[in-house]
Amino acid sequence: MSDQMHQAAANKGKKMLPVGHYRGLGAWTIVFFIFLYLPIVVLVFYSFNANRMVMNWGGFGIDWYLKAFQNDDIQKAVWNSLIVATAATIFSTAIATIGALVLARGGNFRGKTVSLGLITLPLMVPEIVTAVAVLIFFSAIGMNWGLGNVIIAHITFCIPFAFMPIRARLEGMDTSMEQAARDLYASEWETFRYVTVPLLMPGIVAGAMLAFVISMDDFIITLMVGGAGSTTLPVYIYSMIRRGLTPEINAVCTVLLFVSIAIVTAYWVVSKKSQTDTVH
Amino acid sequence: MKHLLTTLAAAAAMLTLGAANADGELFIYNWTEYTPPELIAKFEKESGIKVSVDTYDSNETLLAKLQAGATGYDIVVPSQNFVPIMINEGLIQKVGVHKLPNFKNLAERWAYPEWDPKQEYSGPWQWGTTSFSFNSELYSGKGSSLKEFFEPSDEVMGRLSVFQTPDEVVSLANIYLGIPFCSEDAKQMKKIQDMLVKQKEFVVAYNSETMSDLLASGEAMMTNHWSGYSRLGRLTGAPIVYAYPKEGVVGWYDSMVVPTSAKNVENAKKFMNFMMDPVNMAMLTENQGYGDAVKGTAAYYSDELKTAPEINPPSDLKVFFAPTCSPRAQSLIDKVWTKVMQ
Amino acid sequence: MSDWLPKSAAGKRWLGLAPSYFVIGIFMLVPMIIMGVFSFLEPNPYGGVKPVGSFAAYVKIFFEYDLEDQLVFNPGYINIIFRSFQLSFGATLLCLVFGFPVAYYITLQPENRRNFYIYLVTIPFWTNLLIRTFAWIIILGRGGVIETPLLATGIIEKSLRMMYTDGAIAIGLTYSYLPLMVLPIYASLEKLDFRLLEAASDLYANRFEVMTKVVIPLCKPGIIAGCLLVFIPCLGAFIAPNLLGGGKKLMLGSLVQFQFASARNWPFGAALSMLLLSAVVIVLIFYARAAKNRAAMEGSA
Repeated sequence: MSDQMHQAAANKGKKMLPVGHYRGLGAWTIVFFIFLYLPIVVLVFYSFNANRMVMNWGGFGIDWYLKAFQNDDIQKAVWNSLIVATAATIFSTAIATIGALVLARGGNFRGKTVSLGLITLPLMVPEIVTAVAVLIFFSAIGMNWGLGNVIIAHITFCIPFAFMPIRARLEGMDTSMEQAARDLYASEWETFRYVTVPLLMPGIVAGAMLAFVISMDDFIITLMVGGAGSTTLPVYIYSMIRRGLTPEINAVCTVLLFVSIAIVTAYWVVSKKSQTDTVH
Repeated sequence: MKHLLTTLAAAAAMLTLGAANADGELFIYNWTEYTPPELIAKFEKESGIKVSVDTYDSNETLLAKLQAGATGYDIVVPSQNFVPIMINEGLIQKVGVHKLPNFKNLAERWAYPEWDPKQEYSGPWQWGTTSFSFNSELYSGKGSSLKEFFEPSDEVMGRLSVFQTPDEVVSLANIYLGIPFCSEDAKQMKKIQDMLVKQKEFVVAYNSETMSDLLASGEAMMTNHWSGYSRLGRLTGAPIVYAYPKEGVVGWYDSMVVPTSAKNVENAKKFMNFMMDPVNMAMLTENQGYGDAVKGTAAYYSDELKTAPEINPPSDLKVFFAPTCSPRAQSLIDKVWTKVMQ
Repeated sequence: MSDWLPKSAAGKRWLGLAPSYFVIGIFMLVPMIIMGVFSFLEPNPYGGVKPVGSFAAYVKIFFEYDLEDQLVFNPGYINIIFRSFQLSFGATLLCLVFGFPVAYYITLQPENRRNFYIYLVTIPFWTNLLIRTFAWIIILGRGGVIETPLLATGIIEKSLRMMYTDGAIAIGLTYSYLPLMVLPIYASLEKLDFRLLEAASDLYANRFEVMTKVVIPLCKPGIIAGCLLVFIPCLGAFIAPNLLGGGKKLMLGSLVQFQFASARNWPFGAALSMLLLSAVVIVLIFYARAAKNRAAMEGSA
């Protein structure tokens, strides 16, 4: 049997896929999510560890949850983390969105490359250097806003992480929709609000998500620039090494995980409802 | 409306916490879980001072942060070899610890230490030792010499864990080879370097985070360890033995000091005095499981702590406290470490 | 509503860039200039700098004083930098190969399900990096999640020793940075018009060609953004190399950290990061040039 015939016979046996679809994509994605969630399952499982070791199983217990719920310091650290990450996400995504719009839509102008370099600068410097440099700067100008210092630093280094996906989204996107809206006498603001932003949404969502997780996980910069009263969860966790981490951290992370899942589910339900409401 | 205004004012106050200078506050900066909440609660109740605790991960971070001009902390807790640096650099201030009423409770061995000879700056926190631990079910040796750690037998091949940062490893090597701490002699340091490079063949990981876990799982059969942390590992049921080698071990002593930029110095002194009361210090030691420097605390210990081998070393044990190294000595240590990590 | 907007295009442009310039200019550029100056000063023995000019920090990257105090070439630091670039490159490639098909798969989903998948990609990262890495130790380690069933069923006879290897580092880094690759690719793929693919297919392009000639060029901005977001932070990564790799070799991230912590040589740490910054900028400029030239050539063809 020649190769061609072989090929044809093989094709006949399979169901034809629509254009753009590829065999094995779904399976690959399943493997991907197993890879992503396997450590999370382990992490949640070990939050029920009865002994104080994070990596050796000593029987089932919920003591670490009880301990975490009584630990004011760790709760304060979680709140600080959430406040900082939320503020940093909102501001950095907003700043990155308009920046990306100008750079992708503003045509070629003097200073474009420099602007691009400036926006991605926080990405290119090792964290410890940013941390020390920003702290020196804050002390030099006498800025001592406690958690405010941390928020400002986080907004700064989250900008490139929010910016990159938004710019990638904008690149190569044509302006015909906006043009059409303008032709229909929509004001500049209306065009922006009702045409450009919805078109950009997947980029904005991706950028905001990245900014949020980057901010939630940051340790070195927070440790250095934070003033009194600004210990965040990562700083709390890394500072435990003198006595060793305990499954209490797993318990706290598990609670955070389920809170995030709850938020997503709530959002999911609400957006589905509003979708069915608007469909006639 | 009034309620909203108070909430807003409180929020604004939160943001400017660092700038606030209320009389009733105390900002402590320490390792995580190194300041027991029940102790803080007791102090708050007795003194009416509101205490806030923030955390850092290492002496080095603390120093770098104070050097870069961080402010807002009233008490920080560095180890002994960082105290003279902070004094020299003008980062901490004299608070006359020796004049505090409870100073009389300090054990003779720890009063007027070499790193603060007039006891102007520092009040006691905890002290402990650095040595190595082994899994007694896997390892056949007794841990009676540092040779077992630095020049291990073949059974340890690929099952040895060493600390991630140079200072304590090099100090232990100094003790083993009989080389003075902070040596400025390049030839002596070369000897240490050669030994550490050879030791590396046996090393599975350089690690300062998960020593007890490594021993319990058997991934390592021997690891660098701190006394109190080793005890916590043993208390979970793992066969972990903390070694007391005949050459001696490295000691460390953490103490409270007051940064120059502190705003609540009087409250800091009150807290230092509070901590030198045996009842309170015993609470700290019971919680931490290291050692303390205050007389009469043992009466308040639990039976387990009174007999824990990690906290109660043999009476003939030699404990060496590393001094502050000169810049030249420090740069040699860094050079050695960078070479070992090639 | 939009009366307050400036009328000219240039005015709007600068208004849009103003917040970025303000925030990054003040809180990033000024501190970095301070660091740049520090790299040309002498270190203060116990951290900080002395106001004395010196090139010693840059010399130290390439040369060292031997035991006779002679200045000799020292490849040590260069090796560390080179090793970090290699590792970052590998991790970026792995993230791309692993993440691209997933980003593509998500775009194939019905519109209302796409955001759900995107959340699914990011939810694991609400937990702390250190504790996630510990979970990998439990999975890969001696008597861990992978080994135990294999040992119990007799498929293997002794420990696989997966921990503390380069493979473990690769898994850890890939795991840490996957969303940084998937999300930008998804953001740029999502606008893909499937009619384009059908058109290409009608023009007798096979599946492979549809992918390489239509899909990939269209989402190239996303791929580039993803690669940058993975590659550069990877250079400074230290948790995966230390905890999963056993920290037996210094990486750039740990090396720089070491200078500000134990070694207390701020100018050297600053010089290393200036070198890193210039290396990244040079690569980016070359890339931008090449892209421009290619665009010009394709335009004239």
